[in-house]
Amino acid sequence: MGAIFRREMGAFFSSPIAYVYLTVFYVFSGVCFYLFTLSYGISDMSSFFSMLFWAGFLLIPVLTMRSFSEEKMQKTDQGLLTAPISLGGIVLGKYFAALVMYTIGIAIIFVYALILSAFGTVTWGIVVSNFIALFLLGAAFISVGVFISSLTENQFIAYIISLLLLFVMCVMQELAGLVENASVPEIFEPIVGAVATGMNAISFYNKFYDFTCGLFDLSSVLFYVSFAAVFNFLTVRVLETRRWK
Amino acid sequence: MIEVKNLTKYYGDHLAVDNISFTVEDGEILGFLGPNGAGKSTTMNMLTGYISSSSGQALINGIDILEDPIKAKANIGYLPELPPLYQDMTVMGYLNFVYDLKKCKLPRKSHLTEICNLCKINDVSHRIIRRLSKGYRQRVGMAQALVGNPPILILDEPTVGLDPKQIIEIRNLIKKLGKRHTLILSSHILSEIQAVCDRVIIINKGKMAADDTLENLTKSVSSINRITVRLDGNRDEVLGAIRLINGVKSVRADMEREGGIYDYEIVLEDGADIRVMINEMCKEHGWSIYKMANDEMTLEDIFMRITMGEDMPESRSDMPKKIVRLTTPEDIKQAEPEETFSEAVEETVSTDDNNGYTAADDSEKEEAEE
Repeated sequence: MGAIFRREMGAFFSSPIAYVYLTVFYVFSGVCFYLFTLSYGISDMSSFFSMLFWAGFLLIPVLTMRSFSEEKMQKTDQGLLTAPISLGGIVLGKYFAALVMYTIGIAIIFVYALILSAFGTVTWGIVVSNFIALFLLGAAFISVGVFISSLTENQFIAYIISLLLLFVMCVMQELAGLVENASVPEIFEPIVGAVATGMNAISFYNKFYDFTCGLFDLSSVLFYVSFAAVFNFLTVRVLETRRWK
Repeated sequence: MIEVKNLTKYYGDHLAVDNISFTVEDGEILGFLGPNGAGKSTTMNMLTGYISSSSGQALINGIDILEDPIKAKANIGYLPELPPLYQDMTVMGYLNFVYDLKKCKLPRKSHLTEICNLCKINDVSHRIIRRLSKGYRQRVGMAQALVGNPPILILDEPTVGLDPKQIIEIRNLIKKLGKRHTLILSSHILSEIQAVCDRVIIINKGKMAADDTLENLTKSVSSINRITVRLDGNRDEVLGAIRLINGVKSVRADMEREGGIYDYEIVLEDGADIRVMINEMCKEHGWSIYKMANDEMTLEDIFMRITMGEDMPESRSDMPKKIVRLTTPEDIKQAEPEETFSEAVEETVSTDDNNGYTAADDSEKEEAEE
């Protein structure tokens, strides 16, 4: 796992990906920081943080799209899969490399908070809990991106499909609203209600929003972590079944 | 040691490898020979755990590759058909990565330097792999397989795409490695196998067609005894005289080499040796021998016989039905009584029909002309 993690980190920085990701993330977050916080002259960063939710959603597929697709395309996966390491080690090495890369991006919020502290009082608890929220969100999203990447040889397709899937996950609470308000015959109402509740329960935004308000909910943490575990497990299964084909 | 038992692989409905079994002893160099698409790479991929077999078992130093893949893989160095190189890394960076990947315990610096020296890549060790020539990439691929000094090396077409000088270099390297490692080497280039391997497995259409030492293989398949003699003297007289010799099955005159000197191809009965008789015949008639040679089969001939047999079965049914069999199954079985490659024998027999057919047919034609 360590060897793969180090190689992945090296590959991020020897390719344009790390630079593109960091530049776009820093510029986007910088503009949002100015527009939603500095220009109003307030020290409340909550609208700024909710914008970062969308930045993560757009940029995470960039970090994960090549993780397995490229290996398959270049046939380098043959080297990994015949090396004396477990499939789980391979998947986690790639997963954590993308997660660390992502975290280097989101850590910028502490810089913004420092800047803000020069002009007013910053509630550091809120900043830290937002950082945790972004981190957990990334942890879940990256596992999805890596999983999608293991399914295709084409990086571009991996990016698009990941984006689509993450988008559905991001707007789950809106979809839940639609389902809830749908006009259906009376006997179906309990079912529809249950579906809507279920969709709300797996909504990423609702849980993210709780964190941005400084509400630290252990069940939400568990939700994100187990979500990531499930998708990493699925990636291992994909690699495993590919052998049997 | 590698033990393969009844290994079979289906890709969907397509049977890629059909019930292959063999053993490679420690320190042996085994050649894996077959036309493209015969199942060589599939077999190697199963041995190295890249893909799983549909049924059967592969034991690497006694460890089942499917039951304990990590332990089994630690014993193998594998060079796939396409070396798994990361284009964006330097040669040294890549070898360091492989070193970590294989959790190698040997002293890092001296071990990697030794490998670089062995594969002759020290002068490119700080260059980016993307910018290397095909020959160098192949050598880096070889170096990658050697990291960790695994007891077993599996090399899939190691010389493909190299120039003749590089081929000789890699071949020498393989010979050198064969002294310390158990080695499986695949190729569709026969001379390569002939140059380095102790033993050959011929694989065709997913099936094992032969498994033997080169020497035995040559002996058994070429149990058609053939001898070529170049003589002066009147052609018809010579033909007549040769036919009188005991043990001659058929004879035909080949083209005229020099004025009045012909090559005579003589097919003999099994075990017959007529060289002395030929000498005496010449003394008697006052002819001179310009050349006498036992026709030995090359690996090419064996390979063609074994792999082409199935491709040309009924196509010659328009030919005369009289077939002079050069070898019968009994002949072969007598010649090699306790052979382990019964499959090879079967294959050979079916091919012999064809080959014997044409040879005999030609000689008949030739004789008819006379």
